Amino acid sequence: MKFVGRQFKKIDSSAITSGKPIYTDDLAAADALIVKVLRSPHAHAIIEEIDVSRAEAQPGVEIVLTHKDVPKTRFTLAGQSYPEPSPYDQLILDSKVRYVGDAVAIVAAQTETQAENALKRIKVTYKKLEPVLDFETAIDHPSIIHDEEVHFNLPQHVGGQDTKRNIMASYGFSFGEDIETTLADCDVTLERAYYMQAAAQSMMETFRSYTYLDARDRLCVITSTQVPFHIKRQLARALEMSPSKIRVIKPRIGGGFGAKQTSESEIYPAIVTLKTGKPAKIVYTRKETFSSSNSRHAMRITVRIGADRSGRIRAIDLHSLSDQGAYGHHGFTTVKLTGEKSIPLYNKLEAAKFSADVVYTNKLKAGAFRGYGATQGTFALESAINELADRLEIDPVDIRQMNIVQEGETTLAFDKLIESSKLDRCIETGAKMIGWHDKPRRRVMEDGTIRATGMAITMQGSGIANIDNATAIIKLNETGDLSLFISASDNGMGTDTVLVQLAAETLKVDPDEITLIAADTDLTPYDPGSYASSGAYVTGMAVVNACNDLKNKMTEMAAAYWNVPPAEVEQKDGAIYHKDTRLPFIDLGRILSVGPSGGTLVGTGSFGHPASPPPYMAGFADINYDPKTGLVKVVDYVGVVDCGTVINPALATVQAESGVVQGIGYALYEDVQYGPTGQLFTNNFLQYKIPTRPDIAQVRIAFEESYEPSGPYGAKSIGEVVINTSAPAIQSAIHAATGRYLYHLPMKPEAILFGEK
Amino acid sequence: MITLTVNGKVHQTEVDTNEVLIDTLRRLGYKSVKRGCETANCGLCTVLLDDKAILSCSLLSLRADGKHILTLEGVREEAKLLGGFLAEQGGEQCGYCTPGLMMNTIAMKRELVDPTDEEIAHYLMGNLCRCSGYVSQLRAIRQYLEV
Ligand code: FES
Ligand code: FES
Repeated sequence: MKFVGRQFKKIDSSAITSGKPIYTDDLAAADALIVKVLRSPHAHAIIEEIDVSRAEAQPGVEIVLTHKDVPKTRFTLAGQSYPEPSPYDQLILDSKVRYVGDAVAIVAAQTETQAENALKRIKVTYKKLEPVLDFETAIDHPSIIHDEEVHFNLPQHVGGQDTKRNIMASYGFSFGEDIETTLADCDVTLERAYYMQAAAQSMMETFRSYTYLDARDRLCVITSTQVPFHIKRQLARALEMSPSKIRVIKPRIGGGFGAKQTSESEIYPAIVTLKTGKPAKIVYTRKETFSSSNSRHAMRITVRIGADRSGRIRAIDLHSLSDQGAYGHHGFTTVKLTGEKSIPLYNKLEAAKFSADVVYTNKLKAGAFRGYGATQGTFALESAINELADRLEIDPVDIRQMNIVQEGETTLAFDKLIESSKLDRCIETGAKMIGWHDKPRRRVMEDGTIRATGMAITMQGSGIANIDNATAIIKLNETGDLSLFISASDNGMGTDTVLVQLAAETLKVDPDEITLIAADTDLTPYDPGSYASSGAYVTGMAVVNACNDLKNKMTEMAAAYWNVPPAEVEQKDGAIYHKDTRLPFIDLGRILSVGPSGGTLVGTGSFGHPASPPPYMAGFADINYDPKTGLVKVVDYVGVVDCGTVINPALATVQAESGVVQGIGYALYEDVQYGPTGQLFTNNFLQYKIPTRPDIAQVRIAFEESYEPSGPYGAKSIGEVVINTSAPAIQSAIHAATGRYLYHLPMKPEAILFGEK
Repeated sequence: MITLTVNGKVHQTEVDTNEVLIDTLRRLGYKSVKRGCETANCGLCTVLLDDKAILSCSLLSLRADGKHILTLEGVREEAKLLGGFLAEQGGEQCGYCTPGLMMNTIAMKRELVDPTDEEIAHYLMGNLCRCSGYVSQLRAIRQYLEV
């Protein structure tokens, strides 16, 4: 292959590395109104009175909006395909606030200072209500967070919602034999509860959106998002207007990691622009991004496993309790992945069960974060498997090799036909790279510190089975070059580049001949957006299909022009060939641009799939532990990934490195913390520690490529699977070093030294 | 009214007493300068002031009066070189941290002789990146230091 699997720089790399103005705020008009939001100081309260007269009288203030001024249709801002599995449980502004940081009023002024001054002059009288802060006691708590009528698209027997009991979702599945009978029959059983904290996505570009009315008075929204099409649909609902009057454009995005799969900021400037007719923008502060957007779902996962003495795992039961926070974004779906993307790793099972409860609390709403529940599920299950292996005195590597799913099998849990897997090779290669069998797992160093190793495996998906579908359009221009229209919503990982590589490969043209037009609801075809690890796989396959469609049309055209059978016509090197006659694309374009038999050739292709082929990974941590301080540093991390065919080696490697490092942060330091009244403590980078350069030593990535028959040139996804192994591999290394099993994330020095409370 | 020389171009501009340099620079059109925090933790806003790397979010514009400032827009040759290495490694992911990182790396190259990986990590510690996991950027920076 000429372009797939080859070294290929990002198509926008020179714009990025020369500092071009390509991000949302760089594009906003200088005279855009500055929009600010007044945030609730209370976790749970009714707004009894709100007086904005002094704010409105401030110089430069254009408009002040409260719950009295906004439409009364409830909606969700979770970026999901319609009908969204997230409940319609919010308003633009409500008379009730449900977490510290919830929106109370919107102000727009000419300058930032004026807007801030106006915020200070809004007088609100609250009636405080008892907040629900502990997710383990949320069900049937005397305080009901959503006592209004909430619309759910999912029928009650599927979602199990019961808002009067603070239950956002509740459901379960069983596979194979009866779980209780099988567990009772096992030689060894283990039951453990694991606690995974909320975590902040912490993309470097905070939320921001810019809105204006175009020449036909349509609302244009330029916004830092992963889901432009969902935003268009949801804005139309929330603002009670026709979608035909809305255009959403995604420019270059400064990271998302799932945070921008929820439309946090768009609605505020949008309503200001609609009411004033003026351009408006909002740029979230870092503090607002921490305290008024979304974070990973905190969870408690209870694992029960049973095995026979030889190490064959016979039964797995997982129950997940998920802290949804104030609004139900991504609640039903995230928790599902805790089971669906962990249990099917193991396939000698006779019985499997998964059940989940998702509860509302008066905290920051949870949302999507890379890994989307699989990260939490992997920590719980993999930690339990490691502990089981220790109990059975079996090497963690061996217990995996004995029990993992193999290519060609159908999994007992969740019934997945696995058409591609090199997970066994990932484990083998990773073990070799880290020297698993060449050294003891615990080594005391000369300086008294301890080196120790640990490992874990994981899986994810590639797109959402039976739901995601994307379309791509490619057009042969009169000048012989090509325009590719897609909406995969690259937010930094390089999807756009990979799609151009796939198009170049399929059409056998120089990638420079292809111009990418991306993610503009007026111009580009529907795509759910950048989430569920769908870019390279779902949109990628749509691109391949579109290019094949164009290829057929071009060969037919050329065959007709030469009056030869299409089967004798071939396409390569930016031209059409019949034997030795060559017709370059530019000549074909010219021919097509003149006369009655001409016309622009457009190829279209779509792709959706009934399965979501899992990528796999094995992760190995080598840590240095200081028994004096309890500090853990990951000195070497080996990740071996099966993402099917690697389309772009450098970008895939960076995806894996990046996931491993975010996973290290989740394992060791990142911790969203609340005070006793629901105040978020960790609202800046001093309090909320993401990994910095000195924290990260060696990260080594390798690939074991399988071939996924349904994917573009055999590819699966890579974006999310890579975050999942760090925490359980480090947990296992900490146990090897200290003899202590930790059941709470993050694993802080105090807990490592003195045990968990 | 203050006078700033930005990338060799002289600007005379009115600033508020509490205005910080990043806002003045962005207003003057130097949009490569990015903001990622309010607590001087992220390094995205790094520019060179009289050849020293500074956080432009933490300097009052009044204090920059009469000074020479370099932003990424003004270092074409070095940006091309370093940017090329970053792109080869895929270390410019979302790219939002890239201008600040590049400016600080350029300052580091002028200041440190033959730094070790640890010295590089410490020098650039204040430049957060959430996308890359840092190691690809280190590979690129190593290549850049060697030319
Ligand atoms: S903006 Fe974060 S350090 Fe300047
Ligand atoms: S590349 Fe996105 S923050 Fe560094």
